[in-house]
Amino acid sequence: MTPLVRRRVFTVGIAGLLAFYGWGLSGLPAFGDYRGPYGFLVDALAIHQTHATGIVSAVNFFYRGFDTLGEEFILFIAATGVATVLRELRGEHDREENDLAEGRAATLTSDAVRMSALVFVGPVLVMGWFLTTHAQTDPSGGFQGGVVMATAVILVYLGGQFLVFERLSPIDVADAAEAVGAGGFVLVGLGALMAGAAYLADFLPLGSPAGAVDASGTIALISFFVGVEVAMAFVLIANELLEQTIVVRKGSR
Amino acid sequence: MILLVHTAVRPPGPTWAVNALQVTLLVLVAAGAAAVVTMRDPVRQAVILSLYGVVLAVLFFSVQAPDVALSEITVGTVALPLLILLTLAKVRGGQD
Repeated sequence: MTPLVRRRVFTVGIAGLLAFYGWGLSGLPAFGDYRGPYGFLVDALAIHQTHATGIVSAVNFFYRGFDTLGEEFILFIAATGVATVLRELRGEHDREENDLAEGRAATLTSDAVRMSALVFVGPVLVMGWFLTTHAQTDPSGGFQGGVVMATAVILVYLGGQFLVFERLSPIDVADAAEAVGAGGFVLVGLGALMAGAAYLADFLPLGSPAGAVDASGTIALISFFVGVEVAMAFVLIANELLEQTIVVRKGSR
Repeated sequence: MILLVHTAVRPPGPTWAVNALQVTLLVLVAAGAAAVVTMRDPVRQAVILSLYGVVLAVLFFSVQAPDVALSEITVGTVALPLLILLTLAKVRGGQD
């Protein structure tokens, strides 16, 4: 195919694409125009039904809790897959890290990087905890909070403290905690069955007033379990990749 | 009963139009997406992808979707670039 023919085929293709794209766009509702009805229904009913003011969390962990359960297990299986694929094989050994130039030791993490990483560990951890435990009141949730908490652990690594990082997240403990998080979600659903309601129904006392941190029954509980699961899954994935990649820097403090 | 609730809470007429901030952010998002796609070096691409996630999150925030903005920050700004960088480090570690 010569360049000329290729250009002609491309021109015809792009013209057709633009025509259909423009046609499709012209039929869309206006920007920000929502026709409902589900959003309006949830807006009107959710606070009375669940005592949660974080309506998005109420949808995620209650109205469509079963879908969220499936999504959570996607991450669980991903972490398991990474751990399986990247496990240490026979004959694999850690090697010393060296500079690209021969005979020169690898550079250490600078004090500036180390300081700024470690300064953020505390605040980031608190932020993640807040997000995980306030799904029922504010725009937040276990998923976001979990990732933020995992970031705090990864910051410790960035600070050049891989040994501490490994000690903070021994694989066995992280594995177990991840399983507890994933299993907790399932068990909350089973608890509803025990109480004679539908799977994942909000069977706990709703508490009052609506919008209090301890209100909303299972929504807060599920968000917490999701937070644990997500944080541990990310720590596990990062740990596996780092173990594959980075060899402990002997000189780092 | 549900139909009653429906008619009671639906706001009348068109809700709102795009404001100047949102237009600016939409342009920035388009520029950022182009920057991600045209950058050829994967390491820099991962960093630009992270910045692009921030812009996208601000856009979501400006259209009153703080939950989505948070998810975008965690996935697009932290998790995805981190995984890409770690994978690149792993791949290149074998070559050096």
